[in-house]
Amino acid sequence: MAEYLIRNGFVFDPVTGVKGDRKDIAVKDGKIVDSVSSSAKVYDASGKTVMAGAVEIHAHVAGPKVNEGRNYRPEDKLFNARAGTNGLRTTGGFSIPTTFKTGYAYAQMGYTVAMEAAMPPLYARHVHEEIRDTPIIDEGALPVFGNNWFVLEYLKNNELENTAAYIAWLLRASKGYGVKVVNPGGTEAWGWGLNCLSVNDPVPYFDITPAQIVKGLIEANEYLGLPHSMHIHANNLGNPGNYTTTLDTFRLNEGFAANNRFGREQTMHHTHVQFHSYGGDNWGNFESKSDAIMDYVNAHPTLTIDTGNVTLDETTTMTADGPFEHHLTELNHLKWANVDVELETAAGIVPYVYSPDIKVCAIQWAIGLELALLATDPMRCFITTDHPNAGPFTRYPRIIKWLMSKDAREERLTTFKHADKVISATHLHGIDRELTFYEIAQMTRAGPAKALGLKDVYGGLAPGMDADVVIYDINPEAPFTPDQIEQAFSAATLVIKTGVPVVENGTVINNGNKRTLWVDAKVNENPQVLRDVEEKFLKYYSVSLNNYEVQGHHYIPNPYAIEVDVTQ
Amino acid sequence: MAKTVTDVSCPFCGALCDDLEVTISDDGTKVLEVFNACAVGSQKFLHSASSDRVTRPRMRQEDGSYKEVTYDEAVEYTAQMLAKAKKPLMYGWSNANCEAQSVGHEIAEIVGGIVDNTATVCHGPSLIAIQDVGIPSCTLGEIKNRADVVIFWGCNPAHAHPRHLSKYSIFPRGFFTGKGHKGRKMIVVDPRNTDTMKMADIGLQLEQGRDYELLSALRVAIRGEELPDTVAGIPKERIYETAEVMKNGRFGVIFFGMGVTQSLGKNHNIDNAIMVTKDLNEYTKFAIIAMRGHYNVTGSGQVLGWQYGFPFATDLSRGFARYNPGETTSNDLLRRGELDAVLVVASDPGSHFPISSVKEIARLPSVAIVPDINPTSEISQLHVPVAINAIETGGCCYRMDNVPIETRKVVEPPEGMLTDLEFLSRVRDRINEIKGKARIGVPTAAQAQGA
Repeated sequence: MAEYLIRNGFVFDPVTGVKGDRKDIAVKDGKIVDSVSSSAKVYDASGKTVMAGAVEIHAHVAGPKVNEGRNYRPEDKLFNARAGTNGLRTTGGFSIPTTFKTGYAYAQMGYTVAMEAAMPPLYARHVHEEIRDTPIIDEGALPVFGNNWFVLEYLKNNELENTAAYIAWLLRASKGYGVKVVNPGGTEAWGWGLNCLSVNDPVPYFDITPAQIVKGLIEANEYLGLPHSMHIHANNLGNPGNYTTTLDTFRLNEGFAANNRFGREQTMHHTHVQFHSYGGDNWGNFESKSDAIMDYVNAHPTLTIDTGNVTLDETTTMTADGPFEHHLTELNHLKWANVDVELETAAGIVPYVYSPDIKVCAIQWAIGLELALLATDPMRCFITTDHPNAGPFTRYPRIIKWLMSKDAREERLTTFKHADKVISATHLHGIDRELTFYEIAQMTRAGPAKALGLKDVYGGLAPGMDADVVIYDINPEAPFTPDQIEQAFSAATLVIKTGVPVVENGTVINNGNKRTLWVDAKVNENPQVLRDVEEKFLKYYSVSLNNYEVQGHHYIPNPYAIEVDVTQ
Repeated sequence: MAKTVTDVSCPFCGALCDDLEVTISDDGTKVLEVFNACAVGSQKFLHSASSDRVTRPRMRQEDGSYKEVTYDEAVEYTAQMLAKAKKPLMYGWSNANCEAQSVGHEIAEIVGGIVDNTATVCHGPSLIAIQDVGIPSCTLGEIKNRADVVIFWGCNPAHAHPRHLSKYSIFPRGFFTGKGHKGRKMIVVDPRNTDTMKMADIGLQLEQGRDYELLSALRVAIRGEELPDTVAGIPKERIYETAEVMKNGRFGVIFFGMGVTQSLGKNHNIDNAIMVTKDLNEYTKFAIIAMRGHYNVTGSGQVLGWQYGFPFATDLSRGFARYNPGETTSNDLLRRGELDAVLVVASDPGSHFPISSVKEIARLPSVAIVPDINPTSEISQLHVPVAINAIETGGCCYRMDNVPIETRKVVEPPEGMLTDLEFLSRVRDRINEIKGKARIGVPTAAQAQGA
């Protein structure tokens, strides 16, 4: 196979600890190597920045709710449809791009891996069909467990091994990557139009609390030793004063230690924390509590978070937090889609306009940036937009600009319609920190890769790792403007994905060699769980058990299965 | 000894039952018996074994008779027709699996075709209404496990979705619905006294074409406001009574069919039905589900959605996707004479389109890729019979509630017969040869090696 040499760039790589030294990166047979032969194709990176491929830890990019978003928002395609050329596919869509555009747009920014954040197991086949049709980037999907009837029943009876065996069964059936929890208990309550707004609200009928669900799933996750930790979207998202619920949820993680062979250290990943860091008790006195949240996060090494940065765009919110989306449509009166999924979960969709002229939106914008700027350990705080909820993932370069430049964010902050009120309700104005290229590499590469249990594969440039290498056209040692940061991260000069050049000079040139990540967890045969599965399918599911498992052949043509084994 | 295949999906209606059992002959070529299916689904399986099937492509001759041709010749004709066309319509897809649909879309991108599915004459207005006002919905298993108020509006599942009532909506005993149909209130709204209507606890036989008025009246009644004495021929007391039943349910659902999508008001009826559902969520839990017709029309909308962002009527003639019902919908294109070729896949516009559209298809170069002789195959220049999906080949299909189910291959197709996926893939490859292009979506050998 081909050899490449990325020569003389300023390399930022937290895995090898390189902080902007001029270095050559060698690639052979899809891997990073120490050196290559003289026949290697050379890319000159002089005066440019070199990083590993970026890792998306949480985005809604494939599956039934994403597609409902596409289909019910034709307006999202206005003025952005493009014809396919040079062997590439047709693209379109802004906040909910088509699968082809999703793959191409991530690659253009230097992203090579993405984790679909919420897969309803009954719709797993759909998620995988979309993943298959998303070119270039490696993807996995996190099935949702926090409102699943099996889990609720097992955890109510403190049946850890049964919970773990069921998780292993469902990961295989859905070809899923890890344990996702969305509004634990609250989404099941939504089956009756209700919700759980605190960690102690009992779930109707099932008589279990969100706290029990969260702790039980952390325990089961570590029992199995899965590569990723329990990945949670807590109760009470989006409401003023919800930071106390968030802290309550964080505290459920205390006392657990990571148990896995992947080098992962956290036992809880809390996603899109921006939506969970609100003070005040109404929209009038709504304020940032990012300080209290980050004080806790900084002091607890077994917790990782991602930000969920608001990008101030018109976007499409979508989440398995069914009751929240109903709440949102009551607030903004835009069109509401909802799907309740039998025995498993629910999802809702509502378009949303984050207007810089609305005080609350501007405060949300500030909170997202504060979280990253207050993080003392960039290896535990990752940049996301909870795509497309707080904004489309295509805005990452702009967020990086705001995080790296105080001038850029002050320009934005001080020109909000309600700038004075926003400044007094947030901490951003008083924060001088500007993130470095190295810290950006931690927050977008090495950090999320490690949290996903993939630190030896993605997110770094050490020999033996997958050859995902990116050149950005920006010189860290020469003066540059904030807009040059955004420009450089928007369109990479070169992206190599698993040893194949897929982007040159900001243009996609190849459909790549995409893989689907899933976790094959082996547990001892558990007759109780198999019996429960058979019974539930016979009585309560609307599909046959034998038609439930996603078969690899067609849906996952190029699998990357990670095995864990707890059969001893 | 006959063999039995279990957990078979049924390629008839949008209910996509996946619990059929089919016994087949020892050599795996003939369907002998079908269990668990309705009368229609059962016939579809048994028909696959009929002796009068056409098993090779047929080209129409000048005298109107048909001459058998090889699949190679059929591929060549189809590829040449599409490659030469400036604005070909590629219609149907609702009886094909998602894999075949996906290859069809690749072809459409290459030749600049318009991809439209049967929703265009069915639930297209529902899709437009969803784009207007959204849709609070759920899976069919939720109905089975939770629903105690079930409304059928402008649909007649007793005939059109025969197992819907017993498998999902009225009779099954679910987790929170242990009493089965005794614990459910069944409301039917229809101008006709259908067999579904005869089963209803509350049957509202409204005046034809007055659905919008009655839906509006329900919204008024739900809010407890004043109504005139009768609306749509229904006395106001009945409307208030119905509204109370809906509000007092624990979990309700509205199923609606073509009685509302294709009658006076069209998408506006569905707008209003969705708003009734949304209003009811202020009081209790309510969902609304379209009674989709073909077993994979939903899948066509899904694949079009993730590839282009629109559920039907997707025009790729400029290379990028456009969508404008009324402009890019099949009948409008046909009746305005804008097309220069028609490819029909897995559907029968010859039976369901207005005669003016059918005449236009007959006038144009046309290919019908359908398993059997039907009115469309009889007006097309070329009929390409293919294996029957979900009986003679498997693949992914989407149920009316968007749940994807992989259908199974039960028996072998007649010897030498291609599937629609195989035929379309060959057409795509041939068009790429004609146009001198690399296959879209797959890197060339040189690219894959990084050259």
